[in-house]
Amino acid sequence: MGILDTLESQVDAVVGWGRKYSLFVYPFVTACCGMEYMAASCAHYDTDRFGAAYPRFSPRQTDLLLVVGTISHKLAPVLKRVYEQMAEPKWVIAFGVCTCTGGFYDNYATVQGIDTIIPVDVYIPGCPPRPEMVIDGIMKLQDKIQREKAGLLRRRTMSVAEIPSPDTLSTIGGLTPHGQSKR
Amino acid sequence: MAKTPVPPSEERLLPRVRALLGGRVLDSHCHRGDETIIVPAESIQDVMRALHDDEELDFEILMDLCGVDHMPRRPRFEVVYHLCSYRKRHRLRVKVQVDGPEPVVPTLRDLWPGADWFEREVWDMYGIRFEGHPDLRRLLMYDGFEGHPLRKDYPVTRRQPLIGPRN
Ligand code: SF4
Repeated sequence: MGILDTLESQVDAVVGWGRKYSLFVYPFVTACCGMEYMAASCAHYDTDRFGAAYPRFSPRQTDLLLVVGTISHKLAPVLKRVYEQMAEPKWVIAFGVCTCTGGFYDNYATVQGIDTIIPVDVYIPGCPPRPEMVIDGIMKLQDKIQREKAGLLRRRTMSVAEIPSPDTLSTIGGLTPHGQSKR
Repeated sequence: MAKTPVPPSEERLLPRVRALLGGRVLDSHCHRGDETIIVPAESIQDVMRALHDDEELDFEILMDLCGVDHMPRRPRFEVVYHLCSYRKRHRLRVKVQVDGPEPVVPTLRDLWPGADWFEREVWDMYGIRFEGHPDLRRLLMYDGFEGHPLRKDYPVTRRQPLIGPRN
């Protein structure tokens, strides 16, 4: 324990507070849950109260990846790529039971839970989830963000070898960014 | 006074279809007004051309084309075509039956360009090859997917993810 630790915990608290109220959302909407997402994010339920209403349709400008709807195996490399394009710090919410576990699509086509592809912070089950559950999920994520260690005072370095090259990104699963096969 | 509705099981098209196609109609039935014929797979192009060009039947639209797996029945596979005439306001169902591990049916791509993707889907899901199709690739599943998932002998638990864990 030292002055640095005390200072760091104070900085973490401030940074966490700032981050949790300015979540820019990337809505990765694929299926019926999208309707519920629209309902939950518009004026009736107003997720803007939590600072988490502003959809950015570029992953590079977002903090929160909201995966809404069934993810098929064909789409999985695209989802992973979108996640990798987001800048740190980033969080993921699995919206709806399809994204949590595959839901009732226990079949050849559907990813059995997006956590087999990308890390997930908050799971919101329901088919589709009620807006109250979505709001609850966002609040739980805010709690989590508040408790995170920002680590701003400690120097972190990434070696060049760790940075993924564009070549490896563009060949995930042998697919181009739009999921088409290369021929 | 309202017109008396057509009795539901009355055959309206089948007499004409039989006269047109003769011995190529292997079987036919009419269930609640849905008229169905079964024709040999190798003659499907001629049959469809005849149904398309006939003045009285005038089937200008291919509404649907799909596959069916009847395992363990023999012949195992069926390809079902639904034809429609907007001008004459009637419909007809045409079926062909095929068998074997790699069944083949002639394509209708040249008669109805819309058959292109239907046939690719049936190829993708059932592995029924459409002879003469210019671009018979999978439509829904991805390259590298093995097998045809709607075949009844495709294991129900088999997963082939592009990324992520396999089983
Ligand atoms: S969880 Fe239900 S509502 Fe949501 S995408 Fe899946 S099937 Fe649709």
